[in-house]
Amino acid sequence: MAMLKYGVRRLLYMLLLMVMLSVVAFVIIQLPPGDFLTSYIVELQQSGQPADEEEIEALRVRYGLDKPMYLRYLKWMWDMIRYGDLGMSFEREQPVAEIVAARLPLTILISLLTTLFAYGVSIPIGIFSAVRQYSVTDYVVTVLGFIGLAIPNFLLALIIMYILYAGFQTDIGGLFSPEYELADWSWARFVDMLKHLPPVVIVVGTGSTAWLVRVMRGVLLDELSKPYVIAARAKGISELRLLIKYPVRVAINPIISTIGWTLPGIVSGATITSIVLGLPTTGPMYLQSLRSQDMYLAGSFTMFLTLLTLIGTFISDILLAWMDPRIRFE
Amino acid sequence: MSMTVQVPPTADENVETFYAASQWQLMWSAFKKHRMAMVGSFVLLFIYLVTVAFSDLLSPYSIEGVHADYPYAPPQLIRFIDAEGRFHLRPFVYGWSVEEDPVTWEDIFVKDTEAVYPIKLGVRGEQVKIWGTFKTDWHLFGVEEPGVMFLFGTDQLGRDLFTRTLHAGRISLSIGFIGVAISFVLGNLLGGISGFYGGPVDNIIQRVIEFFISIPTIPLWMALAAALPPEWPTIRVYLGITIILSFLGWTGLARVVRGKLLELREEDFVMAAKLVGETDLGIIRRHLLPSFLSYLIVSLTLSVPGMILGETALSFLGLGLRPPVVSWGVLLSTAQSFQTVALYPWLFIPAGFVIAVVLSFNFMGDGLRDAADPYAHGR
Repeated sequence: MAMLKYGVRRLLYMLLLMVMLSVVAFVIIQLPPGDFLTSYIVELQQSGQPADEEEIEALRVRYGLDKPMYLRYLKWMWDMIRYGDLGMSFEREQPVAEIVAARLPLTILISLLTTLFAYGVSIPIGIFSAVRQYSVTDYVVTVLGFIGLAIPNFLLALIIMYILYAGFQTDIGGLFSPEYELADWSWARFVDMLKHLPPVVIVVGTGSTAWLVRVMRGVLLDELSKPYVIAARAKGISELRLLIKYPVRVAINPIISTIGWTLPGIVSGATITSIVLGLPTTGPMYLQSLRSQDMYLAGSFTMFLTLLTLIGTFISDILLAWMDPRIRFE
Repeated sequence: MSMTVQVPPTADENVETFYAASQWQLMWSAFKKHRMAMVGSFVLLFIYLVTVAFSDLLSPYSIEGVHADYPYAPPQLIRFIDAEGRFHLRPFVYGWSVEEDPVTWEDIFVKDTEAVYPIKLGVRGEQVKIWGTFKTDWHLFGVEEPGVMFLFGTDQLGRDLFTRTLHAGRISLSIGFIGVAISFVLGNLLGGISGFYGGPVDNIIQRVIEFFISIPTIPLWMALAAALPPEWPTIRVYLGITIILSFLGWTGLARVVRGKLLELREEDFVMAAKLVGETDLGIIRRHLLPSFLSYLIVSLTLSVPGMILGETALSFLGLGLRPPVVSWGVLLSTAQSFQTVALYPWLFIPAGFVIAVVLSFNFMGDGLRDAADPYAHGR
């Protein structure tokens, strides 16, 4: 019961954040002076064609650019909720929802795999590093962790691409081999994609992994010196069992509650990495839409990318409450 | 600092200095023990000196100085021993001679051991402006014409990457500080209000902070940076980017300030100050601020690298600073593809500076955090 109440409260809170988010996304997109039509007119003039006043006016009305900002927002939101319509992409003359739907799943997949990778790798390493504090391994892990935190994603992407290119003669630009690039989804294409994913996941996940190792190590070190550990050891429990049964269980809570921090980092990393590697995910399209001030497309991308982190945080809240009764009954 | 503790004559001198030391002296002695933090601080000091302070003096060329004969010239090594094995007291560089690759017909640079250019102090060369004021053609070191010295190689126009990297550091590193200054004001103000007054105000500010933290920074930065009009002058773009970077940077600081204030609010000395009629602002300034100043410094130190990386990423994508402004991100944007990296790896040298600076800031912040925490003793 307490769990349900807690879950509902978090859900309502998440909905509030989503509304705030949609406002922010919309306002940001309105920030650039001028709109898509102004750049469209400039483009027409550059190519030597005079801009037809009537045609421009018709486009302005069609895209609702003649109405005040809050009305455009309300219309955007209403269409989104009512029809699942996110507006039209000016540049590509295609519904935004279609473009987003075509590219978002791969971003979600990469983010999900990266999260699993980051947690799967960092928790054992963090535990080992804490238990064997000041050992050679601990030092190596600490130094590597610092370096991992310091290297920006896009650099790491370039470096790994270069290594793969120079060392293995494989080109990892893109997520598919050339023969599957434009093919329909099939088992073979899926397998081909899986083969291209590991470098991407490593590039995106390195920063988060390094950070999580540090958190895990720090928290576990604090726990290891507490009296209950000594008491358990005095009772004669085997060291491994003791470790997993008590201090690790306590130390894992802060790690889970940091999903709210790591996820934005992963989505950020996935965005910039996919731009460098030219992956068919949201990143390159997002950059392009920002450059051409394709506002509905850019706004929708901003919103959905953030939505990923909000949902992830919500899941981690629920997970944490399920694992830690103190939070449920607060 | 005056000695207030009466120490018996037999007392150990170390103990005496320990108890009489001020908060800052204690922090300094703890910080000194943190070896990586000390190394990091020295590296930072060095990089700030050679870039922000003295990049004009140390550059052998001017930022935009084009060497049309040397596009993509590889870095030259500073040598003491020549091809015949003779030792030169004065270091020198070999010149490049351009040959054609027999297979690809591309121009390749070949080391010309005949052309020995000794490195001299105080040579005349391209016109530069030092600290934006003095015009001179005097360079602290360099080689005489027609010799060339490209310690980090050149870019596609034959501009000296060494000169450009030093000058870029000035922009990249100062952006972190101005950004932090803005975050500092915002974080203190909002965190302070939140922690000191509590209640519904606190609640609202906390929700806003949580919202900002849940936003992936790079997409939001990209969106904001794309909103800067392209026709803006460079100075305004620079300021715009700093404001954008600090827009998300204040949340961490606000949390620290709030947490500490909530903790300190309940302390007896605050109650005592209230009872003698101290104003709210007076309490914050005279009693609370000194108690958590050290935490503020730590939080600030740790937020600088995020801003430097943010600028680098944005400029790399072409959304941040744009040429003719040079920052490390702008320099790296020429190395967009791994083919470029494979052919001209020296274009990546600025990345080494970025990593060194971020690493050093992290080490220094770590050391400061340990030093600032009075409960960390003996841990």
